[in-house]
Amino acid sequence: MYIFQQALNGLQLGSIYALIALGYTMVYGILTMINFAHGDLFMVGAFFCFLLAVYLRLSFIPTLLLSILGVSCLGVIIERLAYKPLRNAPRVSAIITALGVGIFLENFTLALSPYSKAVPSLLDNTTWTLGSLSISSLQILIILLSLILMVILDFIVQRTKTGMAMRAISWDKTIVPLMGVPVNKIISLTFAVGAGLGGAAGMMYSQAYPVIDPYMGIMVGWKAFISAVIGGIGNIRGAMIGGFILGAVEIMTAAFFPSTYRDFVAFTLLLILLIVKPYGILGKPHPQKM
Amino acid sequence: MQKLFPAYSTLLSRWHTLAGNPFFWPVFMVAGLLFCVAASAFEILDLYLQLILIYVGINIILTVSLNLINGYMGEFSVGHAGFMAVGAYVASLITIHVFPQGAEAMLFPLAILAGGIGAALVGFMVAIPSFKTRGDYLAIVTLAFCMIVKSVLENIDAVGGPRGMLGMEKLTTLPWVFFWTALSVWVIRNLVYSNFGRGVLAIREDEIAGDLMSVNTRQVKIIAFVVSSFFAGIAGGLYAHALQFINPRMFDIIKSTDILIMVYLGGIASIAGSIIGAVVFTILLEILRPLGVWRMVFMPLMLVLLMIYRPRGIMGLMEARPFMPLRDLITEKIWRRKKKETGNVSS
Repeated sequence: MYIFQQALNGLQLGSIYALIALGYTMVYGILTMINFAHGDLFMVGAFFCFLLAVYLRLSFIPTLLLSILGVSCLGVIIERLAYKPLRNAPRVSAIITALGVGIFLENFTLALSPYSKAVPSLLDNTTWTLGSLSISSLQILIILLSLILMVILDFIVQRTKTGMAMRAISWDKTIVPLMGVPVNKIISLTFAVGAGLGGAAGMMYSQAYPVIDPYMGIMVGWKAFISAVIGGIGNIRGAMIGGFILGAVEIMTAAFFPSTYRDFVAFTLLLILLIVKPYGILGKPHPQKM
Repeated sequence: MQKLFPAYSTLLSRWHTLAGNPFFWPVFMVAGLLFCVAASAFEILDLYLQLILIYVGINIILTVSLNLINGYMGEFSVGHAGFMAVGAYVASLITIHVFPQGAEAMLFPLAILAGGIGAALVGFMVAIPSFKTRGDYLAIVTLAFCMIVKSVLENIDAVGGPRGMLGMEKLTTLPWVFFWTALSVWVIRNLVYSNFGRGVLAIREDEIAGDLMSVNTRQVKIIAFVVSSFFAGIAGGLYAHALQFINPRMFDIIKSTDILIMVYLGGIASIAGSIIGAVVFTILLEILRPLGVWRMVFMPLMLVLLMIYRPRGIMGLMEARPFMPLRDLITEKIWRRKKKETGNVSS
């Protein structure tokens, strides 16, 4: 029973990691750039949720939708102002810009709200008990909502024309514009979708773990990034799998060892995985030109 | 630029003659050392300014050593703070528990050296996965390693666990920082322009081609990681004894990010750039201190603007004259003379 309980917790954490990891992996797939500000977009999503819930007193679904919308807009603005001028610059300067944008978001939020905030609960949280197993409705809702979002994303990327354009750009950036694909629009759209998923994750995270602070995005963001790498960065289904794996590993470690070993075990597993499969679970090795 | 500022070109040529002077480095070293000794012995500078200078020195060591991996070798290491943590803890344990009372100040360099060696051993372990994994995946390996160091330190009760460690004496003085900074810059600059340095650059430009040109890439990678982490450990030891308090949270990913920012602000693959980056970053943060929380808002904004308008950083892929080897200077002189004679040089 204990294991099932922990598995459920792992699923909850894993679905949040997976949602954030999708943002990393989509941007990487299309621009081969690691958007280190993504963890902080997640944090902004949590703060949007706080603002909407406290000052506008909205209920769960409008808060979720508005958080997604707000963070999407922020993601597009960041892409237009900070990343677009750097599209032809060396790769590392884009990465450093992303780090800078992340620090800016953290400290801007910190300057506006120096204290940790408690997010009010937006749903009547009922808990069902089955023997010693206790399942809260919030847990189920988070897992289901993230699964739905992932299915929608997978549908968009695999079945629609826009998704085809995204995959085409990640395949070859020089030929695709010649085929009449509006590259800038598609890149902005990718940022919007990725950031929106991050915002959704932030909103749900702030419901599950209700104390939020401006630095919460750093650790969660890096862990989501690790999930993306475990699955093979650039691969959307890999990011989902990676998120669930990392969530399960972390929760299981905390369940059977002292909880301070959580990071240690998670990262050691990651190291071993990378030594055995250097390109992640679903990633393909990049062919090297001779 | 030279038409706009005629003073600029005269300044530049003055600088070139000054830097070409064979006495430039000895005079600079002696003057710097004398100044540091005087500053700490007779309190020419107040303690606050001294502390800032100490931080500048430590940051220069960190930046130059990280530039060896991130700039010259072209890898993306995110775990530099982890090496620093190892050095800080080893050095602090030695000064607190091993050295006899009263003799710490005499034996201090040994403790720092031990910290550096400890970090170098750990760096050796990180070098091994770098044989196969590259790019973003190596970044993850170093990041994971940094987190592992932090959580191991948090779980060892003998070093204070998450509470951290206290009880170091304030042994880091300005002359020592000057000495270690000069040593690290000297060693890394000479490594970079040696035969080994050519191998490092070959790995950055094209690893397979380098391998075919008989560069022993594995050996080069091991040496680069070991040297880089050695100096990070030294910086950690100095940092611990300047602050007299360390805890694992000081050496997390945020610290690594700071070092990365200094490297890319100054510019990759440039010793002078690393020094400029470290100095500018450290001093700017102190100057902006009156802004309070908002200084950490302006700082990343400036970084983003710098990256947009100058993506390679201040000195990216360029080198200041005093650090250039003689053969490059001579080549440049010959090239300039030819240009003057023929008007244009095609090669």
